[in-house]
Amino acid sequence: MSIVAALSKVTKRYPGTVALDAVSLEFRAGEVHVLLGENGAGKSTLVSLLAGMQQPDEGAILVGGQTVRIDSPRRSMDLGIGAVFQRVLLVPSLTVIENLMLGGSWLRRLAREPALRRFGELAQLLGTHIDPDAPVSGLSLGEQQQVEIMRALWRDEKLLLLDEPTSMLTSHGVADLGRSMRRLRDQGVALILITHKLLEAFEFGDRISVLRLGCVAGEIAPQRLQAMSEAQRTETIIRMMFGIGVGGEGGPADGHEAELAILLGHKIHGPAIIDRARPPVLSVREASTAADYTETPLHEVSFDLWPGEVLGIAGVDGNGQKHLAEMLAGQRGVRSGLLRLGDADITHGHVPERRQRGVRYVTDDRLGEGTVGKFPVATNLVLKEVGASPWWRHGFTNWDLIHRHAREQIKSNDIRTPSELTPVNHLSGGNVQKVLLARELDAHAAVAILNKPTYGLDLHNQRLALDRIGAAAARGVALIVISTDLDELIEISDRIGVMFQGRLAGIVDNDDRAADIIRRLMTGAATV
Amino acid sequence: MTDGSTFAGFQATLLRVLVPVALALIVGGLILLVLGKDPVGYYGYVLERSLLRWGGAQETLTRMAPLLLIAAGLIVAFRAGIWNLGGDGQFLLAAVASAALAPVFIGILPRGLTLVACMLVGSLVGALWSVIPAVLKARYGVNEIITTLMMSFLGTSLANVLIKLVLRDPDTTVPQTRSLPVDDRLPRLFGTTIHGGLVLAVLTVIVVHLMMTRTAFGLKLQVLGANRAAAVHAGFRVERLILAAFALSAALIGLAGAVEVLGVWGTVRADWNPALGLLVVPLVFLARFNGFAVIGFTLFFSALMVGGESAARRVGVPQHYVLVLVALLLLFLGIVEYLDQSRRKSGTP
Ligand SMILES: Nc1ncnc2c1ncn2[C@@H]1O[C@H](COP(=O)(O)OP(=O)(O)OP(=O)(O)O)[C@@H](O)[C@H]1O
Ligand SMILES: [Mg+2]
Repeated sequence: MSIVAALSKVTKRYPGTVALDAVSLEFRAGEVHVLLGENGAGKSTLVSLLAGMQQPDEGAILVGGQTVRIDSPRRSMDLGIGAVFQRVLLVPSLTVIENLMLGGSWLRRLAREPALRRFGELAQLLGTHIDPDAPVSGLSLGEQQQVEIMRALWRDEKLLLLDEPTSMLTSHGVADLGRSMRRLRDQGVALILITHKLLEAFEFGDRISVLRLGCVAGEIAPQRLQAMSEAQRTETIIRMMFGIGVGGEGGPADGHEAELAILLGHKIHGPAIIDRARPPVLSVREASTAADYTETPLHEVSFDLWPGEVLGIAGVDGNGQKHLAEMLAGQRGVRSGLLRLGDADITHGHVPERRQRGVRYVTDDRLGEGTVGKFPVATNLVLKEVGASPWWRHGFTNWDLIHRHAREQIKSNDIRTPSELTPVNHLSGGNVQKVLLARELDAHAAVAILNKPTYGLDLHNQRLALDRIGAAAARGVALIVISTDLDELIEISDRIGVMFQGRLAGIVDNDDRAADIIRRLMTGAATV
Repeated sequence: MTDGSTFAGFQATLLRVLVPVALALIVGGLILLVLGKDPVGYYGYVLERSLLRWGGAQETLTRMAPLLLIAAGLIVAFRAGIWNLGGDGQFLLAAVASAALAPVFIGILPRGLTLVACMLVGSLVGALWSVIPAVLKARYGVNEIITTLMMSFLGTSLANVLIKLVLRDPDTTVPQTRSLPVDDRLPRLFGTTIHGGLVLAVLTVIVVHLMMTRTAFGLKLQVLGANRAAAVHAGFRVERLILAAFALSAALIGLAGAVEVLGVWGTVRADWNPALGLLVVPLVFLARFNGFAVIGFTLFFSALMVGGESAARRVGVPQHYVLVLVALLLLFLGIVEYLDQSRRKSGTP
């Protein structure tokens, strides 16, 4: 099979980090090449080199056998490389079709008709139903990502880079994406797929490479991949990803066997003991939110939450989960209904008041609203406490204390960053999430709402995040975990509620029959 | 953000400023050469008249006062992501208000109280003139660039109308407000012609800088400026912050107007409009919203203005050539910044 693009001994450094260290890889036509690796391993950096966002410090990039210099995104497109990034990069005020037409040469008149035709082809190829004239700001994150994929495929690209495209999609959307990836592959396109989900890697990948600390830790060619069982693949890859030697070889490897077991998905925390005879910590009664054009509003949602309980919220993305989270956090007004936290009526409390009472919210829009990208990690760690003691006294900032606090948090939460002064948007996706978790699951949390807490995290950090959720519950924190990943919810929740069209279609106890009922509730086919 | 620039960082910053300044002066000189003027003579003359001669130096320092106060106001707004371009209207109305009140107050109040009262009134008038754009922005998201520019246009016209129709001093032929006697103006510093407003202005810039970098309020404004969604997410009262930033910014610019009247002119003539509001904008950008850097750039600019005016008469280079130099400076700062970043991006040390 012909090699479309290749990296030869490519090195890329950032202040304080070697993101890629003499990496050599080849990407072949008609092949889905999956890149795996822990958070910060250098996957996105590799993509940004091919996409012309960054230039390598050393080594060469070859496209079609020629050494090329990809010094701009436009050059990358001219070379037939399309990319979908981890962060959505659309212009929110423009419509879908306008965003897609932006890629064209600016000398030519923007031609709507051919653009609409191309949009139709791609919509069919991807199996999406998006209105081309809808403003992008009105689309869900999942839909926005579909538009990103269309843009990357717009000019019949020969190499398609997909940096964690599935993290925001529903399982249905993932299956659709998988189908279109196969079609593209069969047309001879080379695809690079980055994901943290091993099952996706196995299902869609023809070849798997693992990056670790900026180096290629291993590559599994198609024949070998097919010959392995799923358990073998999983273990091999996890060992490569986290640098765990094969057991029995001696050395420090043995000590990692326990960790390997955790990574392979064994429960750490037993079920927390929840005393439902005691009053609930949070009561929500017939709460509704006002409609706006971006998200489904809530309609008369009621539930109770007890200390130490994990309430999972399942449902297809865009069924009111965002409003639920924002309403509980105090970021969005309650139109009607009642919210009680302990003895206090907090229906009309704003974010600072609720935060002071122990309400925490980990948003899924980490760089959009969860952090200020160009501000240091340290500042972001106290972003929701601005003005509060001990960091502020009479309104004056104690930077020393804030920085010291940040160094402690960086250490105890294993946040990979050169320093506490590094702008948070220089961190890899998974490490940004660690910053948020550190900020929100602090010692004073009473009720925490977590929206898609593990998306973008590598296996290890997923386990750590779930572990932190379990530990918080064991401390008596009541948690609401919103996720589109049902398996994950089943693993950690005590009860699981299902959102459908802005209503809480039902709450079920997490037992053996839960999965079936939830799947039916999710499609609106049943109510409880 | 944080203030902890190391010495090496400070050196690099200095270099990033000095190189563009040198380039701007060189290219500016080349342009003069093409125009058939003697650049060395011009620069020498500007330097001598604005800094080396005691009279010129005093003039340069005096001119800095309103520039600094306006810069302080712009720093507050710009850091909060608010483009208050209505400085001229805020400045003039405040100037007119304090010019109108000062002669009245001085009849009933002691001098010190009169000056303070007039400065407060000036600040208040400036702040009031920003209320409409502020509310429109906070409530309805109306772009403040357009509204502040429009209010500025209205404000300068209104100031004129007020002088010609209401506040006119009947004893003068040129329409102007009643003058505040020279002895009742802001006190001079140690027998120079520099008035106390300069001290106030320098202190204000420093206080504003510290407020932006070392207080909760300043950080909230910076978060608002950098990512409004994050400000909402963190639970800041975004509408109130916008109103506060606008009011503070315009109040400082109003204070500049009051200080200029109370310190230098003692009166406002009809059709007087120094149009400093927009002149200061590039200086604030050159300084990257840093208060201490603003002081340096303001000194540079003020000297160019003073020297440039004398040079206009003597060397025959129009006074506005100073603006060409500022524009060149802005251009080279941008280029140096760009080169610096792309060098960092491609990773060559
Ligand atoms: N612009 C930047 N400035 C400084 N350091 C950076 C920058 N971008 C990335 N890094 C660093 O380079 C390393 C690799 O980051 P990269 O984003 O490629 O990781 P990743 O494999 O994509 O991780 P994730 O799975 O979390 O997305 C990280 O240590 C990160 O902190
Ligand atoms: Mg990444």
